[in-house]
Amino acid sequence: MPAIFDFIKGGIRLVTRGSGTYWLWLAALFVGIAIGVFGYAHQFRVGLIATNMRDQVTWAFYIGNFTFLVGVAAAAVLLVIPAYVYQWKPIKEVVILGELLAISALVMCLLFILVDVGRPDRLQHIIPFIGSPHWPSSILSWDALVLNIYLLVNLLVVVHILYRSYNGKAYRKNFVVPLVLLSIPLAVGIHTITAFLYNGMAARPYWNASILAPRFIASAFCSGPAVLLILFQVLRKATGLEIKDEAIWKVAELMAYAMFFNLFLLGAELFKEFYSATEHTLYTRYYWFGIGAHRALVPFAWLSLAASLIAFFLFLIPKTRKNWITLNLGCILIWAGVYIEKGIGLVLPGMTPDTLGEIYDYRPSANEWMVATGVFCTGFFIFTMLVKVAVPIMSGTFRTVAAGMTHSGARAS
Amino acid sequence: MSERQVPEVQPAPCARPEDGPGEALFGGREGIARRQFLRSTLGTVAVAALAGCTMEDFFRKNFRELSKGDLADIVQRLEKKYSEKYAKAVTVGTEGPLPNVIFGYGLDLSRCIGCRRCVYACVRENNQSRQNPQIHWIKVLEMDKEHGVDLTHADAYYDAETVPRPGHFYMPVQCQQCRHPACVKACPVGATWKEADGIVVIDYDWCIGCRCCTAACPYGARKFNWAPPDLPAEEMNPDTHYLGNRPRMKGVVEKCTFCIQRVRKGLYPACVEICPVGARKFGNLLDPASEIRQVMETKRVFIFKEELATEPQFYYFYAT
Amino acid sequence: MQFQRVAPSFGRSFLALIALGAVATAGVGRAAEAAPDSAAPVAPAPHSPGEIQAQPPPFSDGIFPCSECHTEPGDPTRRALGAHEEIQQVFDHDSANRWCLDCHDPTNRDVLRLASGAQVPFSESYRLCGQCHGDKYRDWRLGVHGKRIGSWSGQKTYFLCVNCHNPHSPRFQPLHPEPPPVRPEAMKR
Repeated sequence: MPAIFDFIKGGIRLVTRGSGTYWLWLAALFVGIAIGVFGYAHQFRVGLIATNMRDQVTWAFYIGNFTFLVGVAAAAVLLVIPAYVYQWKPIKEVVILGELLAISALVMCLLFILVDVGRPDRLQHIIPFIGSPHWPSSILSWDALVLNIYLLVNLLVVVHILYRSYNGKAYRKNFVVPLVLLSIPLAVGIHTITAFLYNGMAARPYWNASILAPRFIASAFCSGPAVLLILFQVLRKATGLEIKDEAIWKVAELMAYAMFFNLFLLGAELFKEFYSATEHTLYTRYYWFGIGAHRALVPFAWLSLAASLIAFFLFLIPKTRKNWITLNLGCILIWAGVYIEKGIGLVLPGMTPDTLGEIYDYRPSANEWMVATGVFCTGFFIFTMLVKVAVPIMSGTFRTVAAGMTHSGARAS
Repeated sequence: MSERQVPEVQPAPCARPEDGPGEALFGGREGIARRQFLRSTLGTVAVAALAGCTMEDFFRKNFRELSKGDLADIVQRLEKKYSEKYAKAVTVGTEGPLPNVIFGYGLDLSRCIGCRRCVYACVRENNQSRQNPQIHWIKVLEMDKEHGVDLTHADAYYDAETVPRPGHFYMPVQCQQCRHPACVKACPVGATWKEADGIVVIDYDWCIGCRCCTAACPYGARKFNWAPPDLPAEEMNPDTHYLGNRPRMKGVVEKCTFCIQRVRKGLYPACVEICPVGARKFGNLLDPASEIRQVMETKRVFIFKEELATEPQFYYFYAT
Repeated sequence: MQFQRVAPSFGRSFLALIALGAVATAGVGRAAEAAPDSAAPVAPAPHSPGEIQAQPPPFSDGIFPCSECHTEPGDPTRRALGAHEEIQQVFDHDSANRWCLDCHDPTNRDVLRLASGAQVPFSESYRLCGQCHGDKYRDWRLGVHGKRIGSWSGQKTYFLCVNCHNPHSPRFQPLHPEPPPVRPEAMKR
């Protein structure tokens, strides 16, 4: 197996060489991961009482992050569809990066589930044959299945393409294309099933709305690729990887349409709530206006709306879309807007007031911040490592000796 | 005559505590040596196996898939473990549902005075965690007559010198043992299910603590052990059922089981027996002479959150 | 004249006995109808008077038997009594229309007295209450009103009306509630 050792050695060389900025980035990530490990160790020992979740608000920060990250993982599809289905070359080159993001996001999703469950030592109970997954009625058992399948599909595609490139060969179309085409309905599927997890609960009127699944897809598509747009610009400068402006602007344009759809669905939901004005409006009211003295979420609601609206116009108008400053500002704004919407705007109002009318003002505890930081840093670390190896492969600087080129670690950073 | 004391009856225990195998195994000096030996070996395994789960726990099956022999082994292990931990002879029953029985529960809203004796009788009978977390399977909501049964104006934290407070009425809420339970639908590992007599039960050793059920329950009936439960040994009720009041552990969900350890032996649930005003009724819905059938046929009965079509086996009514 | 007064009350009690017997038989019949599912545990049918298993009457210490003090028949004229002060102070059970010897039999203080003049023991005081509170009595016999302990599928012990309601001042006294639950934000490690 000498070839694989060479690959590993080469890979290690790649990730251990970098500029000062790179090492600073890694250092920050390591600190974050250490904080997370420390926080989780405490939570593991004393139980989930270390969080601020209670019976009244039983899903919160961890599940909110999970939901947002499933959307990010699904959004890689936004690059896949034009690239492979319409054979649009400018995007085709960079689809791999989208899939690497999806893989990292999925790892973060699984980590957030791990840190949220009360008995992580029993997670094997959800695995078929080893455990007893409650099919077909439990949506979470479906979610566990499709998330792992989507992860596997992405891994297979990426590993295949990169390893073939590394060996100087083109990828096998009849292996990759079907898998990639499969990943399109899978991506829509994972996020729809995650939406159904909430949607199917009659006990929570805020979630029990048909519009939830379409809103999830729209908000995922309009926010997930934002990270990639920023990443493309970073990589172009740092590695000399060729990514056409066209590709970036096309993704931004597609995101603009998704943003419009997201805002339209939000408007539709607000109309239904405030015009028909039943008692169920209570949850929406808690989010946007507060109830009595309970106003914890109100600033976030309006902040999220403002950010999403501004980002929409920045992306829609070609002038601001093609200006790098406003484009990046838009990316940050839409990422923030949808992050708040999916987390604070979805999970918490669904549970406040609770099923017996009680209002518990939830805020994440210090422990939850620590653990979430650790999970995000782990995900970004994995993404950094993957990109650090993938980009040299894509640009042709990381090849096997047999392919006629040397490892040139220096250029790869 | 001085102020009349309403007689409060402590629920009759299901069985007399006896000197069982616990005494023989763990009493005396031999017992101490045996305990120490067991502790050191088990201690090593526990450290290796994370959070105290043993190899047997890791490889066991879902309760409903266990063979009789496996179940007997598990019960024996549990009885040993609990007896040692709580220094009592703990029994863990596995009585199945009685034939031709579907339980029904009636709660008379015209009688409840909000005294919360049911809440604490339940805590004592069912071995709930006393604090951090404090787990109550029954929650009593104080409502006012101006708004009626309106959850937006309900208060579970009322405190007063005496109850009932003028102008208020009281509505206790606990697991409704729905015929179409949302919690059972939602559980990803099949750790909770509905038995033939109608009780929705949880296998505490199978639950992964994801809290889907807690989110799905429209009645706030399911409670989570946010930390290792605080159950003082001297207050522990040693007559337990595997699916009911046996001591739980950190990270799993629990809820009212109609006192499964009592009702499957023909006794009333603890909350029914302790209620000083006779607001709680219980019996077999299939028996036309039972008090619960009488209630349903003669009184104004309503279902809590009926529009959700959960079809509870818990009926609120007004006797007057 | 005495005979005229007595005869209608005899007739009434005779009819009452037949009615109660009919109810008891019907009750037994209902239980029998439930029997076809032979394994189904059947709650005992409402019993005829005297057959209800109940808690003992809540006598104050040493007060019973009353005949230890009351050896003479009582004067049925309503007046303030020289004894039982604490009862007279709280007495408000239709006190405008009734006094002690309307319910306590004047000739034998160890029993109670129905409107017909029939005597019932203290252990069956519910028959006395049931004369005026008929709907409550019906519900109580079915187990819908009041309290029963024991087995939902078998033998039960009723609480007498007077086990919960002071017959001399029946309005239920408010109780001091048990403590409220801990708020979620107060639960910490």
